[in-house]
Order: sequence, then C-alpha cells, then structure tokens
Amino acid sequence: MAERSIWSSGVTLAVIAAICASLVALTWQLTAERIEANEKEWLARSLQPALAGLFFDSPVTESMITITAPHDLPGTEDAIIYRVYSGEDPVAALFIVSARDGYAGPIRFLVGIAMDGTVTGVRVLQHRETPGMGDRIETHKSDWVLQFDGLSLRDPEPRYWAIKGDGGQFDQLTGASVTPRAIIKAIRVTLAYFEVNRDAIFAAPAEVQE
Amino acid sequence: MAAGLIDRFKTGLWRENPGLVQLLGLCPLLAVTGSFVNGLGLGLATLAVMMASNALVSATRRWIQPEIRVPIYVLIIASLVTCIELIFKAFFPDLDRALGIFIPLIVTNCAIVARAEVFASRNSVVTSIIDGLVMGSGFALLLMVIGAFRELIGQGSLFARMDMLFGGEPVRGLVLVENGWLLLVLPPGAFFSLALAIAAKNAIDRRRKDARRPLPRRARSLNR
Repeated sequence: MAERSIWSSGVTLAVIAAICASLVALTWQLTAERIEANEKEWLARSLQPALAGLFFDSPVTESMITITAPHDLPGTEDAIIYRVYSGEDPVAALFIVSARDGYAGPIRFLVGIAMDGTVTGVRVLQHRETPGMGDRIETHKSDWVLQFDGLSLRDPEPRYWAIKGDGGQFDQLTGASVTPRAIIKAIRVTLAYFEVNRDAIFAAPAEVQE
Repeated sequence: MAAGLIDRFKTGLWRENPGLVQLLGLCPLLAVTGSFVNGLGLGLATLAVMMASNALVSATRRWIQPEIRVPIYVLIIASLVTCIELIFKAFFPDLDRALGIFIPLIVTNCAIVARAEVFASRNSVVTSIIDGLVMGSGFALLLMVIGAFRELIGQGSLFARMDMLFGGEPVRGLVLVENGWLLLVLPPGAFFSLALAIAAKNAIDRRRKDARRPLPRRARSLNR
C-alpha cells in the first residue's frame, strides 16, 4: 500500500515536472530571439560611453572577435572583444568580460582600453548585486565606475589595484566590498591581458555577424 | 455574483490585503518599492504569477496527493516565475534590469504559496483565478502606493522612468522638487512607509467601526 502510494506520487511529480519544463521551454523558444535582440541593442547603446574621449570612425560592433574559454581573461565563459579603429589605425579595444566573484553571481561588464594601455571607460552590463548596495556600480546610481578612466597598470601599479580596505587606492562602496573587489580584480586582469596580447588582438580577422 | 465579486475585491484589497494584513511577501515589498514604476512592475509580475499558479494548482488539485503538494506548488510557481522573467527580459528589458534579482525572487513570495495552499487547492479553477486576481491586485496596489510615497518624499518626483514599462525615451516623470529626503528611498524608508501604511489602515478601520456602532464614551474605552 505504502509502496504504491510512493510510486504514484513519484509519477505525479514527474508528470507535473515535465509539464512545467515544457512550459518554460516554450516560453524560452518564443522569447529567445527578442531577448537576444534586446541585448544587442542595449550593447550598442552601452558600448559608446566606454570609449569617451576617443576619436574613431568604424562601427564598433562590426569588429568583434570572440576569445573562447578557457582564456586568461576574467570569467569562465567566452570573452568578446570589439576593436575600434580610426581609418586603418587601431585606437582601442573594448572587452566584455565577467567578474566571477561578484556577490550574487557573475558581473558582466565592459572595459575600454586605449592603445597605450589606459582605461577609457568601464560600464557594467549585467549583474545581480544587492539593490541599494552593490548596484552602485551602475552609472546612474553612482560615479563609482568612472574612477577608472585614464588609469593603467603603470598608474597605479598593479598592487594598488585594490580597494582601500585591502591596501589599494580605490574607494569601496558602503556596505559592499565584495562587488568592488571583484570588478577591480577583473579590470586589472584585463589590462594585463591587453598588454601581452595587444598585437594578436588587432591581427585577428573580424567575425562575420548575422 | 457581482455583489460577491465586489466583496471579494474588498477582501483582497483591504480586509485581507496580503501585504497590509497578512504581512506576506515583505521581502520584495520592502526591497523594490523605491519608485512607483518599480512597484508597478513587480506588482504586475506577482499578480500574473499568482493568477497562473492559482489556476494550475486548482486544475491539478484532484490528482495531487496531499503528501507531495508542497513540492508541486514550488515546481509550478518556479516555472511560472521563470516564464515571467523571460517575458520581462523580452518585452521590458529596462524594467528587468531595474528589478534585477527580485523578478526571480517572486518564487519566494509566500503570498503566492499561501493562496495556493489556502484557496486554490480547495476551489474551482475560475474562482481560484479570481482569487489570484484579487489577492494579486491587493499586493500590487500596496506596492504601487508605497512606491509612489517613497518616490515622492525620497526623490521629489512621481512616475519617473515610466518608459521602462511603456517604451519610448526615458522620462523623468513629475518632478516636484529636485532632491527629496533620501532616507525614504533607502531600506529603512521602506520599513517606515510600510508601518505608516499599516497604521493608516488600522486607524481607518477603527474609525469606521466606531462610526458604525456608536457607544457611550465610557463603554467604548472599555471596549478597547
């Protein structure tokens, strides 16, 4: 008797789980394309500010290359790099990387790096940090990410690329130190990667985008 | 039927308002009500999940053994919330970014499980959907009221960024003063606002009760 009821409960659970899973799958199927389009539009809108003060005349989104994981950039997923040109001359590279050690999952963000290795802008694209604390990495909530503009691995030296609490030179966010720590580390790693791989990045052929 | 429906709405919006009276779903209520549009967005999402979960729970109530009902509620609610999250990402991407983690966190809103357990598992599909509508509206309305209050006092504006829901260029809304009393936007402000809302509701209820049954002054004070 008891055995039968366990079986029938199991079957009910399995059936309901299957129904729920197909519901989610169906919704995903219907929305995936739109979500991707939204992401792209959002991207085009948000790439711009990370290149402040640079002159360039190429459409940024057409010069994409993907660095397949595993790589030396932050994050475990594939990293994306957009190359920015003025005429034929490379001007800067835009990295989309994710800081894995955010407070609530990975933080995907944009780092623009000029040819001389200075940061041209940092913008957070996607995160799940606590509202009111870690979410001040967004530019419309605070100026925190703007402090990296114009800095490089020579100014300050790599060991000062840390929050003040860890002996570095950057402000932390009140009530949130995990988030800034993750971002600062990811920027530092990206800068180092750029220094080593700069020529290879600009030599790679652009990927065709649909 | 119509009178019954009105009564049901009175129950959901006022007498048994999930946020004000049952004090359920306080986490999202306190966390996202920094502005009217956030409150409205999360309110609508919660309302949709509540109606759909009530419908599904009610439709499957005859096949579900009581021992496994809770995992099934969790399963149903979690899938619905995932669907809503995808829909938000597809159609209201900015609002999705503003609400962030609190869309997926609708799963943990106990108001939804409570309605599934208390109501939908014992009633027909149609009445359960109505119950979801009524209770969800009560919750959404409270989110909007508190969101509007906090935005008004905390930022000095009202209905800012409504474009996140309706599209178009970013709008600043009605700006009354440039800067508000920041405390109201910060987390403590959420507690103060909710406390004020509950106090106001109780005060109105008490006044109404007194008006309905006028008692001699001495008897009334004893009655408290």
